[in-house]
Amino acid sequence: MGRKLLLEKAHVEGSRHYDVYRREGGYRSVEKALKMQPNDIVEEVKKSGLRGRGGAGFPTGMKWSFLAKPDGVPRYLVCNADESEPGTFKDRYLMEFIPHILIEGMIVASYALGSNTSYIYIRGEYDWVTDILEQAIAEAKQNGWLGKNIQGSGFDCEMYVQRGAGAYICGEETALLESLEGKRGNPRIKPPFPAVKGLWGCPTVVNNVETLAAVVPIINEGGDEYAKIGVGRSTGTKLISACGNINKPGIYEIDMTISVEEFIYSDEYCGGIPNGKKLKACIPGGSSVPILPANLLLTTAKGEKRLMNYESLSDGGFATGSMMGSGGFIVLDEDQCIVRHTYTLARFYRHESCGQCSPCREGTGWMEKILLSLEKGKGKMSDIDLLWDIQRKIEGNTICPLGDAAAWPVAAAIRHFRDEFEWHVNNPEKCLTENYGLRHYADPIHVPTN
Amino acid sequence: MIHFNDKTMLRVNEIIARYPNGKQKSALLPVLHLAQVEFGGWLDVPVMDYVATLLNIEPIEVYEVASFYSMYNLKPVGKHLFEVCQTGPCMLNGSDDIIDYIKQKLNIGVGETTSDGMFTLKTVECLGACGYAPMMQYGKTYREHLTKEKVDAIIEECRAKAN
Repeated sequence: MGRKLLLEKAHVEGSRHYDVYRREGGYRSVEKALKMQPNDIVEEVKKSGLRGRGGAGFPTGMKWSFLAKPDGVPRYLVCNADESEPGTFKDRYLMEFIPHILIEGMIVASYALGSNTSYIYIRGEYDWVTDILEQAIAEAKQNGWLGKNIQGSGFDCEMYVQRGAGAYICGEETALLESLEGKRGNPRIKPPFPAVKGLWGCPTVVNNVETLAAVVPIINEGGDEYAKIGVGRSTGTKLISACGNINKPGIYEIDMTISVEEFIYSDEYCGGIPNGKKLKACIPGGSSVPILPANLLLTTAKGEKRLMNYESLSDGGFATGSMMGSGGFIVLDEDQCIVRHTYTLARFYRHESCGQCSPCREGTGWMEKILLSLEKGKGKMSDIDLLWDIQRKIEGNTICPLGDAAAWPVAAAIRHFRDEFEWHVNNPEKCLTENYGLRHYADPIHVPTN
Repeated sequence: MIHFNDKTMLRVNEIIARYPNGKQKSALLPVLHLAQVEFGGWLDVPVMDYVATLLNIEPIEVYEVASFYSMYNLKPVGKHLFEVCQTGPCMLNGSDDIIDYIKQKLNIGVGETTSDGMFTLKTVECLGACGYAPMMQYGKTYREHLTKEKVDAIIEECRAKAN
């Protein structure tokens, strides 16, 4: 079993509450950080190799070092807790069961960045989680970790939770800032980046929940120690939220050295596929990243075992690889229809497109309609090429990455499962009652290793 | 005359105080949530106008936000709102069957309200509970690992509350 840095105390009874959290060693990183120079904290985070855990994987220390520091202008830290990428439910777990680890990480980050006020922007549907966070913030304040002159350091640190109201797009950092300013979640054109002009035009750092929580072990143990865990540029631990057709869906903290095969089949993690079914496909990093058929998922095109880390999951590029993304791991068994599944994702992106850019606003609607007609056995062979054409015209042609996120799942489904789409066209009656099934997608040599 | 009760008004002022002076518009999303709870589960135009006055912004600034975010109801909804997730991971675990079952059980379509005004059924996109699928939002919390039996029990629970 790998090391746990974030979830180690999640199962301790009462870990949601300050007394237990503190007794188990909580808030040590704040004590340590307040004795350091802010820039030294940024250096520790750089040394740790921590990469943003929201999906983009951008180095956190570098993001922090880009923050502009003009005199007399406030700076803000904003936590992105608008977890909405289908397949992703890890931040909810952290906030629900160990909310203080987020608050602790945010205090350290606030001190490092010189931010006296920070906001946690949480998706509106996590209503009860908002209450848990507000309770935890109140406890932290009562105990002198938040408020004026925290722990006698002279540093003031306030923290507030703001609920969104049901818009996936607000997970995009500039849309999040717009929303926090009380507006529609329309992403902003970058540059300027939030590090220069963010919340209310002030320099702002936006970080994911898991990223900010990871600052706690980095400061406690040092960036170098953190960097020793994992492999290559995939340092530290990563939370994976596993779902779909597996025996043990849930949240797993992995050290990014284990193989995808072990993750799916080992009893320590997903525990294999239910009812003796075979693995057909998987989206390893949240619905936006390319779906892979089982053979390419378990081994790279070079024939190496694929590992659960940033480099290995993207090995082969989009031709034969995928991405780590947000860690939303969606498993499809042999009974699942790729066309129907892709349709539900296309519907999702059409629903969530903010409507600002024509390629995304129009294209997501067209993709949804075409996929539905294919799924219902009413599609034409030319529809498959049309789908390909539309996704290509969305990708790279929009203000924010939602366009790419909508295009990639459709592109990957056609790239790897074109024969299943063609089967739907050729079998308009049969596809309503029968499944295309596994065919050649399963790894022919794969034997579960548990 | 539309007016928040005193307790909610305190909360509104608390929320406005989170932001720098002059940035009270930032309170719009949280205040709309409060308004929806206090004024019957949806946002009628006079309610939105009231919120605009409270925050000293133009009514259109409220309308454009209320119409953008899917959690704000711009039409009346039943006393009990079921919002069932239908995105990929939930679909893989049978959300289509759950939606069909609720439709049949309540004798309404998606987006409709029962004639007694008790129940509204909506389908929603990913609520971040993919590991506990199929699921729905009901009130403040989630109901997860839904089965037909669980749906029956939830409906009974709602009816019991009414009596």
